[in-house]
Amino acid sequence: MNSAPQTRRTLLMAGTSAVGVALATGVSGLFAPARAQGLAPTPTMRGGANNYLPGAPVVERIGGGGFWMTGTVLRAGDGAPLQGVRIQIWAHTTEGHERDPESHGATLTDADGVFRMEMPQIVPTFGQPHGHLAYDADFDGKRFETVFLRPVMRGASETSLSAHFVLRPA
Amino acid sequence: MTRLPSFRAILIWAALAAALVPPIAVAVTSPLLAWREPVYIVAGFAGVVALALLLLQPLLAAGYLPGLRAGPGRRAHAWIGSGLAAAVGVHVGGLWLTSPPDVIDALLFRSPTPFSAWGVIAMWAVFATALLAALRRRLRLRLRVWRLIHTTLAMVVVLGTVIHALLIEGTMGTMSKAALCALVVVAVAKAIFDTRSLILPARGKA
Repeated sequence: MNSAPQTRRTLLMAGTSAVGVALATGVSGLFAPARAQGLAPTPTMRGGANNYLPGAPVVERIGGGGFWMTGTVLRAGDGAPLQGVRIQIWAHTTEGHERDPESHGATLTDADGVFRMEMPQIVPTFGQPHGHLAYDADFDGKRFETVFLRPVMRGASETSLSAHFVLRPA
Repeated sequence: MTRLPSFRAILIWAALAAALVPPIAVAVTSPLLAWREPVYIVAGFAGVVALALLLLQPLLAAGYLPGLRAGPGRRAHAWIGSGLAAAVGVHVGGLWLTSPPDVIDALLFRSPTPFSAWGVIAMWAVFATALLAALRRRLRLRLRVWRLIHTTLAMVVVLGTVIHALLIEGTMGTMSKAALCALVVVAVAKAIFDTRSLILPARGKA
């Protein structure tokens, strides 16, 4: 193998690209879909599973709609989009409390691993306007590990919220 | 012959009303109430009431309120202290009924919302203060020591409550809530400063 002496320039370049990759995977893993190698799985958020009612039906929308919950579901490692994955969504909205069964609904991801659920406007509860999302292994043949998310809206007047799953194969 | 209240006394009470009415009025008319069940509304208001009562406590303790100085002021301070502890109990109990897992997370300091931890710290400090006040005679502490502990706990209550309240997006308006919190902090700081000779260990001279 060629072992060229390491100059300051190659060291800087290597360092810069390493930071770039770290930022790209780290930040995009949190906020946006990514297809990088070694994509880390999304951990369950604290309080994510609160008021979860397992087994809500797959619905076209929750209640009257007007608010959009969107996101993606990717496989950890290779970042492949996962199709047909059941994501359950619930929140305190203008139409009901988190614990009300009618506040819950599930949807399936498309071929790009994207899900979109229309639901009533989320309103602040317990100090923050937030939603809940679940990937529950028990309703997916235990293909991946269960993950609960609890994203917070930037403000109560927002009319959409997104959350992204990177699932670790079980 | 009964004395008429002085202009200064009327002014002080009017200023207190002006400090308390707007934040409560904003909370009462919050649009969020339309989407909450009664037990949640009561729980939220108990928190608002507790914050309002918290402003009265240093004012009574230091004898700033006309007509409620010395003995009557101390008795009012004790009654409002009991009311404060009761309001905190209703606040936490009502929230528990509304969403048990969120309150359990808060009490175990594993909630995703930092304001819950400050609220729980303030709650324990309120209960400890109330217990200390109830057991004051039986504890046989020297008055100065008792006052020092009481004042220290009160400072924890105020700090925890103010941070808790400011971080919450709830029924209280941002501006009126911030103003009320600022008044509570100023009132406590002034009351402690003015009564420091009764709280701090006596110096050699005394």
